[in-house]
Amino acid sequence: MKTIIFRTASDYLLPLLLLFSVFILLRGHYLPGGGFVGGLIASIAFVIHSFANGLEKTRNIIKFHPGFLMPIGLVFAIGAGAAPWIVGQPFMSGLWFDDPFPVIGMVGSALFFDTGVYLVVIGVSLTIIFTISETL
Amino acid sequence: MSNPYIVLPIIFQLFLAIVLMFCWTQKNLQKLVSTVGSLIAVIIAVIMFVEVWEVGPMVTQAGNWEAPYGITFVADTFSVLMVLLTTLSGLGVSVFSVGAVRNARVKFGYFPILHFLIMGLCGAFLAGDIFNLYVWFEIIIISSFVLITIGGEKAQLEGSIKYVTMNLLASVVFLTAIAVLYGLTGSLNMADLSNKVAEIENRGLVNLTAILFLVGFGIKSAVFPLYFWLPASYHTPPPAISAIFGGLLTKVGVYALLRVFTLIFIPDAFLITLISIMAALTIFSGAIGALIQNNIRKIFSYLIICHIGFMLAGLGMYTEIAILGAVFYLTHDIIVKTNLFMVSGLMFKIKGTYSLRLLGGFYKDYPKLSLLMAIPLFSLVGIPPLSGFWAKFYLIQGGLEVNNLVLVGFIILGSFLTLFIIARLWSEAFWKTGELVPKKLKVKYFHELKPLKRTAIVASILFLALISLGIGLGAEYVIQVAERVASELMDPQAYKEAVLGKL
Amino acid sequence: MEILLVIIIGLLYAAGIYMILRRSLVKLIIGLILLGNGANLLIFLLGRIVKGHPPIIGSTEKALADIYADPLPQALILTAIVISFGLQAFAIILVKRAYKVVKTDDLDEMNATDEDI
Repeated sequence: MKTIIFRTASDYLLPLLLLFSVFILLRGHYLPGGGFVGGLIASIAFVIHSFANGLEKTRNIIKFHPGFLMPIGLVFAIGAGAAPWIVGQPFMSGLWFDDPFPVIGMVGSALFFDTGVYLVVIGVSLTIIFTISETL
Repeated sequence: MSNPYIVLPIIFQLFLAIVLMFCWTQKNLQKLVSTVGSLIAVIIAVIMFVEVWEVGPMVTQAGNWEAPYGITFVADTFSVLMVLLTTLSGLGVSVFSVGAVRNARVKFGYFPILHFLIMGLCGAFLAGDIFNLYVWFEIIIISSFVLITIGGEKAQLEGSIKYVTMNLLASVVFLTAIAVLYGLTGSLNMADLSNKVAEIENRGLVNLTAILFLVGFGIKSAVFPLYFWLPASYHTPPPAISAIFGGLLTKVGVYALLRVFTLIFIPDAFLITLISIMAALTIFSGAIGALIQNNIRKIFSYLIICHIGFMLAGLGMYTEIAILGAVFYLTHDIIVKTNLFMVSGLMFKIKGTYSLRLLGGFYKDYPKLSLLMAIPLFSLVGIPPLSGFWAKFYLIQGGLEVNNLVLVGFIILGSFLTLFIIARLWSEAFWKTGELVPKKLKVKYFHELKPLKRTAIVASILFLALISLGIGLGAEYVIQVAERVASELMDPQAYKEAVLGKL
Repeated sequence: MEILLVIIIGLLYAAGIYMILRRSLVKLIIGLILLGNGANLLIFLLGRIVKGHPPIIGSTEKALADIYADPLPQALILTAIVISFGLQAFAIILVKRAYKVVKTDDLDEMNATDEDI
């Protein structure tokens, strides 16, 4: 699949899709979207890039093993889940900042949890896909 | 009583797994973290147990949504008892793994997955929501799938295919049961379901749902006639993994059965007869299966099935005394079965074989170790004052109370067959002069291991042996705990009030 | 709509069980996938299907007065789908590995676990 059109397009698609995945992640609390979908879109971005340019080049862009994103994402998720304990509320209660942030909107523990999910999904799906395409 | 910290055992195991994932490449650090972490988990569980013992059931609503709508976690005496036992045998297995699990397996993430598995177990015991219970079951089985296949030997892969298939099937049946239950009541909270199921007029439909649950949990806990995946798979992974499987995975099914059939579905005469028949045949087929086996791990696998029957018999009699016996048996069985598979691992490390025909001469060569191994073996039989005796005593008393003499007969038969099997194992493996087994290159023998690893293996067996001695000699206290668990199970008013608030 | 779903669910369960009873590993996996889908549809059906009434509370009201579609079954199905996705991915890789090691697709020939070791 190394046609020149696909390869050129994939160079532009990668940053675009990554940006789009972050957009999906941020709008996820009240509108369709969220960490899971965002993570899938981000991993699709890398998968397209690897189809067009080969696995090695994509590996070079990411620089570290994608599996490493799993524990990091879990740290985000567990942190967001346990944060309400500090104020004596049950696990996973939603805590929100009073005022919306510019660009991002309302920020709360749910957003951090979603970010964790986002990272875990990227880590898991890229690990699976890279491992399978290596052994094929 | 509301307490936001009762999910701590789950979160702590998750935390441990994350830390272990961060030190993916440092094998020795992983072993240290896993051992120390398991010790802390035991301390957390003990604190929780004491707390619940003093103030009664504690509840937290994850996400702060109120009871029938949110996801509830409940810690009543039964839950915390199970969490305590899980962390105890988790500690044992974690120490044993330091000595017995090969570095190749550690490299593929053995320790993080082990803690994910224990997290799933703690979650299943604390869940107060039936769908949440399903999710924890899935976490348990997916971690167990990884553990059973890690290493990828031929027998292991074949065993895991049988294991995976039956467990996936059990999940589907369980999910179907949840769907029907949700259609019937419109609720998923177990305390709420308890009230709503009692009000349904169409009892046939309720019984059907109950049987779906019975089949789903029955596959997981390996009762007759759904047990055949267990002896085909439990002897294939390395002993450390068999230990946690044999000790805990089937017991989650038993826990779920005890919980669901005392809280949500109060069994009528038909269900009680069905459960009694299943229990009797489970005892019988497990014991008969164990009789003809030659591989010690297969013998222990069949004995798991046989003793699952004892616990199911407690449920089948359905009196407070019988449930007390079942809970006591559960307590004793988790510790002893974990220990037995570790003992089989130690025997393999010494001789390089699991075959009863080839084993022998342990008592002559290792008299002290043999005495240590005798404790779990004879606890299992239930020779007084070791731990199995008291549980059977109460089970039989319960059976006599409801005049279910057939079931009592099967329990006595099962005990005798267990005695015979263990006596045969003892005389074959320990007293008989062993044959010279040719040295296998792949096996790392006990005397070739580093002293630290040898100490870890013996220490873990000693630790669990001491606990089962403690259960036997301190039976008075364990009976108090089991009595309270049984009374809470038979009269779930306190549980419901803790979850739904005073009505 | 309900009748149609009932028929589909019945077919999915029947086909799933039939496939599980075959001797081939691949068909086994397909059977499990079909059963899982059947269970998901069953949750959807038993959650009572209500058309065209999303459970969204208007900004002026406090609670839903009208009948509304229950959102919980969809959340349950989503959870179940994600879980079964993971499990099925695992099962497929397991079958592939097992085929490489055992060199057979036939469940009847997988007898290494019954051997007297």
